[in-house]
Amino acid sequence: MQHTREEQGLPRFALAMAKQTLGALRDLAPIFAVIVFFQIVVLQQPFPDMANVLVGLACVVLGLALFVQGLESGLFPLGEALAQGMARKGSATALLALAFCLGFGATVAEPALIAVAAEGAEVAAEAQFIGDSQAAQDRYALEVRLVVAVAVGIAIVLGVLRILMGWPIHRFIIAGYVLVMAMTLFAPDEIVGVAYDSGGVTTSTITVPLITALGVGLASTIRGRNPMLDGFGLIAFASLTPMIGVLGYGMVV
Amino acid sequence: MLEFWTDIGETLLSTLRDVAPIVVILVVFQVGVLRRRPPNIRGIATGSVMVLLGLALFLIGLEQALFPIGETMARQLTEKAAAGALLDAVRWQDYWVVYLFAAAIGFATTVAEPALIAVALKAREVSGGAVSAWGLRIAVAAGVAVGVSLGSFRIVTGTALPWYIVAAYAVVIVMTYFSRRTIIPLAYDSGGVTTSTVTVPVVAALGLGLAANVPGRSPLIDGFGLIAFASVFPIISVLGYAIVADRVERWGARKDRQEVEP
Repeated sequence: MQHTREEQGLPRFALAMAKQTLGALRDLAPIFAVIVFFQIVVLQQPFPDMANVLVGLACVVLGLALFVQGLESGLFPLGEALAQGMARKGSATALLALAFCLGFGATVAEPALIAVAAEGAEVAAEAQFIGDSQAAQDRYALEVRLVVAVAVGIAIVLGVLRILMGWPIHRFIIAGYVLVMAMTLFAPDEIVGVAYDSGGVTTSTITVPLITALGVGLASTIRGRNPMLDGFGLIAFASLTPMIGVLGYGMVV
Repeated sequence: MLEFWTDIGETLLSTLRDVAPIVVILVVFQVGVLRRRPPNIRGIATGSVMVLLGLALFLIGLEQALFPIGETMARQLTEKAAAGALLDAVRWQDYWVVYLFAAAIGFATTVAEPALIAVALKAREVSGGAVSAWGLRIAVAAGVAVGVSLGSFRIVTGTALPWYIVAAYAVVIVMTYFSRRTIIPLAYDSGGVTTSTVTVPVVAALGLGLAANVPGRSPLIDGFGLIAFASVFPIISVLGYAIVADRVERWGARKDRQEVEP
């Protein structure tokens, strides 16, 4: 199906892009509305730097349209082809190794995580939880990042294992929540905020489609698995384990 | 104009650097383990280039237009609310504009979140259309709106973060037992995807602005936690939406039967 779409050539592509651009406009309309409303009605201030803003908005709309169009022909087929290839190969070890590498590799260089880890190091230094020197802060931030990346790697491994075995997801998540709550009681206060936030920042815009396609691809290739029931859930694991990892790190250090 | 093009170049480079590890892993496994070319490699390659290019453009535009406004507004609104409030005592009612802004901007940025669009498209495809992509995104965005708004309330009042998160988890656990099995994995996933490219910078700016301007709060200690709120509440809203939709459907079916029977 992908093939025929490509053979149709440029006019087909232009039409698809036009459609995606309209969709992108609709997706971004709420942001425009909120900003205009608060800027004019609540703050009662004129718009700063209008020309720049308009160019920026055009970029945002075009970029989102390209991204969504590319998802369907690039990232989704890529993730699914990989999942099908690995499932057919039948080596669970190779599949789990891929899962760990994807989770770790996607997270360790994630800009949002770098930012949160650096802020977390500042909090820790302020609270005299670690030394005040820049070197101590840098080491702490790097360690938090590594802990989170390993935790996401483990999350994807667990999530893929769950898909292979067909285990119900809610037991894992509920057990994870209970663990987070219990660890919160014992972890130092300075790290709790960072730990909770680290769960949310790990899943980036490129990784989410790829990992979702991987999970759904696996669940639809393996016999007896339902893509709706077993295919989703990898992202949920990836948001839960970093909290456990960082809370644990806070208790050990 | 030249500056604009160098901006694009830089963002493209940093996007490439961010995805480089993933590309290496994918190539190693494709070549080393599978030893086979993926089908339709040309389509995948052009699609991936489009994704990268699109994301870089999207980020450029956000940096150029949305983030400066969003961050300035978050600061001005919190300053304005703080200036109107009494200095010696923090009353949470004085900050209602901030809660309103938090809900509105949380909703709006989530609707535009590319990662959520991807998951919603996949969910529609997999469910054969039973899950509507737009409906899922609205439900998730509503959850983020409530979450960020409540998170701002927490910063203003200075109450302990764990209590809110633990209570939200308890609600998720109870709701899980009343939900249809097929929606549960998707609902759990939607918690993680909401906090990404668009939402995190704006929401983080809001949290830091609030913590800096409300008397007695420290940005370092109280500025955290909004992202955690934005990750838990979408799970509640998606499960809730599914439970209500199921109840309405069942109620409708029963009503139909009653009308037929007599």
